Amino acid sequence: MGLETFISERKQHKDLLVMAHVVCGYPSFEANMQELEIMEEAGVDLVELQFPFSEPSADGPLFVRANEQSLKAGTTVEQCFEFMALASKRFSFKVLMMGYYNTVFKMGEDVFVKRLKAAGGVGYILPDLPIEESDKLHRLSAEAGVEPVILMTPTSSDKRLAQLGAASRGMVYAVARKGVTGSKTSMDDDVVSLIDRCREHTNVPVGVGFGITSKADMDFLRGTADLAIVGTAALKTWEQSGAEGLKKFFAELMG
Amino acid sequence: MDIFDFSDGREGYYGEYGGVFLPEILHATIEELLLCFRECKADPKFWQEYVSLLQNYSGRPTPVTYLENLSRELGGAQIYVKRDDLNHTGSHKVNNVMGQGLLTKRLGKKRVIAETGAGQHGFATATMAAKFGFDCKIYMGAVDVARQRPNVFWMENLGAEVISVEDGQKTLKDAVNECMRDWVTNMADTHYILGTACGPHPFPEMVSWFQSIIGLEAREQILAQTGRLPNRVYACVGGGSNAMGLFQGFFDEPNIELIGCEAGGEGVGSYMHSARLAYDDASVGVAQGYKTYFLQNDEGNMNETHSVAAGLDYIGVNPIFSHLHDQGKVRFEAATDSEVKETLKLTMRTEGLIPALESTHGFVVALKEAATMAKDEIVLVNMSGRGDKDIFTIADALDDAKWKSFIEGKADQYRAERN
Repeated sequence: MGLETFISERKQHKDLLVMAHVVCGYPSFEANMQELEIMEEAGVDLVELQFPFSEPSADGPLFVRANEQSLKAGTTVEQCFEFMALASKRFSFKVLMMGYYNTVFKMGEDVFVKRLKAAGGVGYILPDLPIEESDKLHRLSAEAGVEPVILMTPTSSDKRLAQLGAASRGMVYAVARKGVTGSKTSMDDDVVSLIDRCREHTNVPVGVGFGITSKADMDFLRGTADLAIVGTAALKTWEQSGAEGLKKFFAELMG
Repeated sequence: MDIFDFSDGREGYYGEYGGVFLPEILHATIEELLLCFRECKADPKFWQEYVSLLQNYSGRPTPVTYLENLSRELGGAQIYVKRDDLNHTGSHKVNNVMGQGLLTKRLGKKRVIAETGAGQHGFATATMAAKFGFDCKIYMGAVDVARQRPNVFWMENLGAEVISVEDGQKTLKDAVNECMRDWVTNMADTHYILGTACGPHPFPEMVSWFQSIIGLEAREQILAQTGRLPNRVYACVGGGSNAMGLFQGFFDEPNIELIGCEAGGEGVGSYMHSARLAYDDASVGVAQGYKTYFLQNDEGNMNETHSVAAGLDYIGVNPIFSHLHDQGKVRFEAATDSEVKETLKLTMRTEGLIPALESTHGFVVALKEAATMAKDEIVLVNMSGRGDKDIFTIADALDDAKWKSFIEGKADQYRAERN
């Protein structure tokens, strides 16, 4: 089942889906598995598995450190795909690869889509790969049956949104504000108008990410966005208060 | 040959290298920059303003100096040096910075950010920001802050805020990442003054254009002094901006050999170097906004790099050089840390010149080859920066006992004053 179909099926039962995030191998794959169990129990719908990269220039301090620590501990691409295969078999949520383009470029785009598909991944998010450079990868993805997640942003012009919309498959990731991952976004009219602008240019589901931390944010997005994307807030919770804290975090967020 | 004459659909590409690999949020910012740069490049008045600014503020044109003693001592080719060390702030970095400063004004932006390795680019940017009245933040790896305190001191006193970057390897590449993070947040009022001919298009072209002033001057000067063009031209290559600058004066001459000199660090096989093209350890990848040769592992994560010269201690090389290397139009060699120390001593004693550690890499290769060439041949070397202001680093590199005891004395004095 493709990403878009999966999202529309899940949307029949609830009005706002949740996409969560873990950095593979940080603090460890065992801890990642525990995090995923908690996410499954809370009813999370999609999870991004971030493949660590040495130059994560679109990430904020918390994820930068997580990438660095994971690589220092020896995390490999092979381990990330193995973990993805395990997760996609075991849980009812779908998994996506999140990472930087060099990881894909070095293994080869054709190899990447095959390995992603084989590991049960439904799509991928590569924040440093613009659509101008994506033709071949998107074609290979369509052949393999995995989907790219295109990012739309508050600085994108209507002309640009039209180009992005034309390339979008599966779902679109609306970046709620300027900046890197991990700082607070005030949920206000700007976010609503961004989602409206995205919808003018694409028919696929729209997820909103960057700075979503609370139930209030979720309530704000309900009825407007299709998915809320939660990254840094969950990792911060895990670091501060471990498994119990993370359970409570998701219970409150999705309660 | 015009390497900037892009074919349709390949703007910003040099062969398979270059491009724009940035987060979508920066798309509009890069478009705006590209548009502004195209206007500036097409406007002869902009170039005139740029040249006159450098003449009046930075002492251009910088001279070409004949190294009579060294040429005689080595007994080979006649050695000439382009003196970009004589610029204000002590290196060629000021050329690009003043150009981008004028461009920042045209963009209507009020704030500039920059990465710096050795501190020369940060120093030049802080200077430009003071002159033009911009807010200025400089990102510098914590390792480089520790080894280049005098430059940090000057940047701060010129009014810039210097941020010590604690992530990754804590050197130049990590400072570039932090600049990207600042830029994706503050692009509305901020221009990123990238210091070398790397990063996403149009930076490689733009930085090369500003630095081309070095080659334009040098070509005229060497013709005026010797009545002919040099046989070989040498420059150190970190990102590659000073080399691109000088080489552009000689690109169209098939008989002139151009040699880029990279940081060999501890040598071939040590994996403690920054030689992307001279050694075989680098491979093609995409990072920091562009495609080029990077020192990276099989999975695309960057390797640790090393050089005695902080300004050359970098994972990637400008995409134009990757292309010219593939085409055999520029030859790449490496100079090791220990060769650099020996050559620095030689140029000081023989010619009274103190090149920056970075620039000394060019001297190492040039002097080695000049010795094997005929007396009626000419080599030209770029002295892209001066070494005297890097006194802490050079004193360390030369392991100078008297300097160390002076610093110990100074430290004792500061401690006594504090207590």
